[in-house]
Amino acid sequence: MQMEEFERSYTITGRDFVNAGRASTAVKDILKGMGVRADLVRRAAIAAYEAEMNVVMYASRGTMTLHVTPSRLLIEVDDEGPGIADLELAMKEGYSTATHEMREMGFGAGMGLPNIKRNAHEMSIQSVVGVGTKLSVQVRFD
Amino acid sequence: MTLADVRDILRAEILWANDLTTVVESVGAADLMSDVLALSRPGMLLLSGLLSVQTIRTAAVADLIGVVFVRGKIPDSQIVRAAEEAGVPIMSTAFTMFEASGLLYCALNRR
Repeated sequence: MQMEEFERSYTITGRDFVNAGRASTAVKDILKGMGVRADLVRRAAIAAYEAEMNVVMYASRGTMTLHVTPSRLLIEVDDEGPGIADLELAMKEGYSTATHEMREMGFGAGMGLPNIKRNAHEMSIQSVVGVGTKLSVQVRFD
Repeated sequence: MTLADVRDILRAEILWANDLTTVVESVGAADLMSDVLALSRPGMLLLSGLLSVQTIRTAAVADLIGVVFVRGKIPDSQIVRAAEEAGVPIMSTAFTMFEASGLLYCALNRR
């Protein structure tokens, strides 16, 4: 297993559905390369992908930064966008403010944040309406 | 049942695949990628009518073994390229989602 700690950042562009998912694919490749257990790689990649799709769907732009150590992955996603007015409501399965276009892409069913929480060992979210959202997700490898 | 069996059962056209000997242990059908991310199991074969690069990325992220596009849908070159990059086998069948699901359900339960 790769032992050093490192960081990697990816720019995410709002509405760019063609490239959406590339950062999450990188998460998978990095963790696989480190020899992380397959089920944990899958959890991290799903959490990262849901977070990435949220930026693509709702924000104008964002950054995903991966903080990797031998024992855990911390994913920080920082976006500039409309923010989330009611975090408690946004965490409920099925609640969604998605547009028709987002649903046509197979997303926007109100499963994103609950699914991130389900796959993460720790998750925190801060949002300011009209400014943006900061999401932090941790997956431990042990 | 292997991916080659799936091709034969569904009379499907292979659009990209590196290995058709992969064993299919479960099959799921969905157009909603959120549901696939929430409910799929690793190693599942996905039947979908959603022709999008996101179908491929979802399959890759969720460790699915392949995607069958139903109702004769043929993905464009961008989707085929994404499948190749991600190593996700893709095929297309003329059967509807319901028909394809039924055929694969019977085949899986016969074995």
